[in-house]
Amino acid sequence: MRIKLHRLLMLLVVGMLAVAAAGCGGDDNNAASTTGATTGGSGATGGTLVFAGAADPVVLDGSLVSDGESLRVIDQIYETLVGLKPGTTELEPALAKSWKASPDGLEWTFQLQTGVTFHDGEPFNAAAVCYNFDRWYNFTGSFQNPSASYYWQTVFGGFKKTDPKSGAPATSLYKSCTANGDEEVVLSLTKASSSFLGALSLSAFSIASPKALKDFGADEGEVDADGIFHPTGKYGTEHPTGTGPFKFDSWTVGDRLVLARNDDYWGEKAKVDKVIFRPIADNAARLQALQNGEIDGYDLVEPQDIPTIEGDQSLQLLNRPAFNVAYVGINQAIPPMDKIEVRQALAYGLNRKEVVDSFYSGRGQVAKEFMPPEVVGYADDVTEYPYDPAKSKELLQKAGLTLPVPITFWYPTDVSRPYMPDPQRNFEAFAASLNEAGFKVTPKSAPWRPDYLGTVDEGKAQVYLLGWTGDFGDPDNFVGTFFQSPQKSWGTIAKPNKEVTDLLDKAESETDIDARTGLYQEANRKIMDWLPGVPYAHSQPALAFKAGITGYQPSPVSLESFATVTKSG
Amino acid sequence: MLRFVVRRLILLLPILIGLSLLVFLWIRALPGGPAQALLGERATPQAIAQIEHEYGLDKPVYVQYLRYMQTLGRFDFGQSVTTRRDVTTELKQKFPATVELAFGAMLFSIVFGIPLGFFAAKRYGGAFDNISLVASLLGVSIPVFFLGIILKYVFAIRLGLLPTVGRIDVLIDLEHPTNFYLLDALIAGDIHAFFDVLKHLILPAVALGSIPLAIIARITRAAVLDVQNEDYVRTARAKGMSPGIVDRRHVLRNALLPIVTVIGLQVGFLLAGAVLTETVFAWPGIGTWLVDAIESRNYPVLQGGILFVALVFVLVNLIVDVSYAFLNPRIRLS
Repeated sequence: MRIKLHRLLMLLVVGMLAVAAAGCGGDDNNAASTTGATTGGSGATGGTLVFAGAADPVVLDGSLVSDGESLRVIDQIYETLVGLKPGTTELEPALAKSWKASPDGLEWTFQLQTGVTFHDGEPFNAAAVCYNFDRWYNFTGSFQNPSASYYWQTVFGGFKKTDPKSGAPATSLYKSCTANGDEEVVLSLTKASSSFLGALSLSAFSIASPKALKDFGADEGEVDADGIFHPTGKYGTEHPTGTGPFKFDSWTVGDRLVLARNDDYWGEKAKVDKVIFRPIADNAARLQALQNGEIDGYDLVEPQDIPTIEGDQSLQLLNRPAFNVAYVGINQAIPPMDKIEVRQALAYGLNRKEVVDSFYSGRGQVAKEFMPPEVVGYADDVTEYPYDPAKSKELLQKAGLTLPVPITFWYPTDVSRPYMPDPQRNFEAFAASLNEAGFKVTPKSAPWRPDYLGTVDEGKAQVYLLGWTGDFGDPDNFVGTFFQSPQKSWGTIAKPNKEVTDLLDKAESETDIDARTGLYQEANRKIMDWLPGVPYAHSQPALAFKAGITGYQPSPVSLESFATVTKSG
Repeated sequence: MLRFVVRRLILLLPILIGLSLLVFLWIRALPGGPAQALLGERATPQAIAQIEHEYGLDKPVYVQYLRYMQTLGRFDFGQSVTTRRDVTTELKQKFPATVELAFGAMLFSIVFGIPLGFFAAKRYGGAFDNISLVASLLGVSIPVFFLGIILKYVFAIRLGLLPTVGRIDVLIDLEHPTNFYLLDALIAGDIHAFFDVLKHLILPAVALGSIPLAIIARITRAAVLDVQNEDYVRTARAKGMSPGIVDRRHVLRNALLPIVTVIGLQVGFLLAGAVLTETVFAWPGIGTWLVDAIESRNYPVLQGGILFVALVFVLVNLIVDVSYAFLNPRIRLS
């Protein structure tokens, strides 16, 4: 026993050293095999692409998610009726070859592609399209949960039987879907809507195999003792089935999600054999994994890592076109923000150029209005508010206030958003410039979720930093989201602006593209005179790849295909 | 002995009930709720109300607690608010990852910590002792995440020897019947996978094991210094027993008692403290899982996860107590 203890210790030491040595020794072999496998196709096609996101997808059913990690994978497996030209928000045919609206804008007829099959071998046809639309429209229980069917509710509103408690709109834009033979689908709407067509490019409206949806219980769930419905089907986690260039292969949560090339794809087939998505939450860890060759690319590059990537010959940086807006929100329900002069003074007192130049690593532009220039309806001639502390003081005095005017300014901690990489520093610079301009800023901060957003949403923050990343290339998704219905955060429940909301309602239902563009431009001009907040930045998020990766086309709405990607070297 | 173990196990029940109540109340005392966290920028009051209703959060707290206890009785921790998967299923995936990491870290810290402390004591006041003191001080004071980043930089990016993230190379296919990847590789008889998993384990285990290593080394040193001045050690030496045998039979064995206590406590620390290491090395374990759950106010995951970790912590302490009796027959458990 006594000798054993000693020997055991010695054995452990020797064992550990041997293991470490074996681990290191084995590395060379393994590195070789890894390299061999990843570049197996050595040349334009083949091989495995490993891409890192920040987290695992939630579920691979487009109709039930709105998070970027899920959508990235969904976009490879599924397709929608209407697509977007790579790298733009311009519509192009996808599963529908062409489409046209009836004169009253209530019926849309789509001609479908032929010879398309789902990954399970089932044919893609008009009946399959209608099955999907009817499925979404008939969602019940927790599928009406706004965190699940967010996009359906944003675009189409309510359901066939909307649960009054669900918070979903009572009425629906969707009326019916009719299959005329195999190749023609007619979607009927309850009112004319022009944003609907662009919205069909959203991954949320991906067409799935009806057979797979049924076979693997996409809509199954159980009701617990309290009458609460919980989804239990395996469709979205084990059997997602679309028509896209990649097929689902396997998913080990926390480790990897594997997609394999769909060799029966109807369009141009994918270049790589496999794409593996792996979740790496830590930003520094993602960069180190790329530097160490464990991944081929990753999304959500931190601004502070950009110089490192740019300085490394073996890596490359890709820019995603700006599709977001950061703004200083103003709550008009909290005095003296109800006075237009004070809001104007605030706008003149914010040194936006300095903030964008200092904290956006050269990837930002000063925002003039609440949508990025890429979106139709952007107006070049809105009222601008360049930094002018003297004018700011003058306006405050004109409003009858004694200088300095005390304000409470909120900013979030522990968060970095694409439109706001470093909220605290943005705040500090803004506070300094406002203090120069006749204000006296009291800082308030809280962790992003749920405290900060809760405070802002509840209308308790007087002045605050916030922003928005667009979901699809439509002005309704920006100014419509902000101002079409009253919100506590702007104080527009207490202080509505009917002129702006009416204009936005009118623009949303206008189907003539030119008339619609004019209406949104007019709305943008009115909004920037009304000044419910001060937009200050649009930023370009970045992705990083190994140098040998080509063919990845960043999209403003993150609708990016891995099918065109090749790897070499 | 058996009575002692049974009594401790019975005592476990009130501890766990008290703990479940504490956890339950504590997470509800956090500002905000899962609905706001889940919906983020898109939250509307109706949407928040809907999610609260769906997860029963609109009911009085005591009703929520009673319902929670009912489901616990069925060993059901509920469904994660964010991933919509069963908490038990997630626990089965995450817990083995953390145990494997903690085991690696413990092995590293024991294998290097005890000899380090022992030889430092034997060379008390000498150069080796001083160096080991400084090293252990560094081990305790360097933040784990920083050490992790440095280790990765040196051994992965500079030397290209080891991987930086995950538990296994994503190009290796391995079945996971147990979710203990080392075990899974052995079951599959895949020696290449086994060494790959081991390689992935080395840096996180060293980073996580650095603090216990330092603590174990210092405790060993102190204990050995203490014991080697005892009368029975002097007597053994006086009898002419060889120094090696004296060290093994009399010094180290008697010094092991405080060391085992510390090791037991460190196991708890490793399970709970693996958060930073797991984050830095993208290790899909229970630490990052719980931190994500706190951020998203994922009540079912927090309630299930924390209770489970607490249960393991209490059981490990019980094992440490029982091991005393084996190490020192003079201790009678009662």
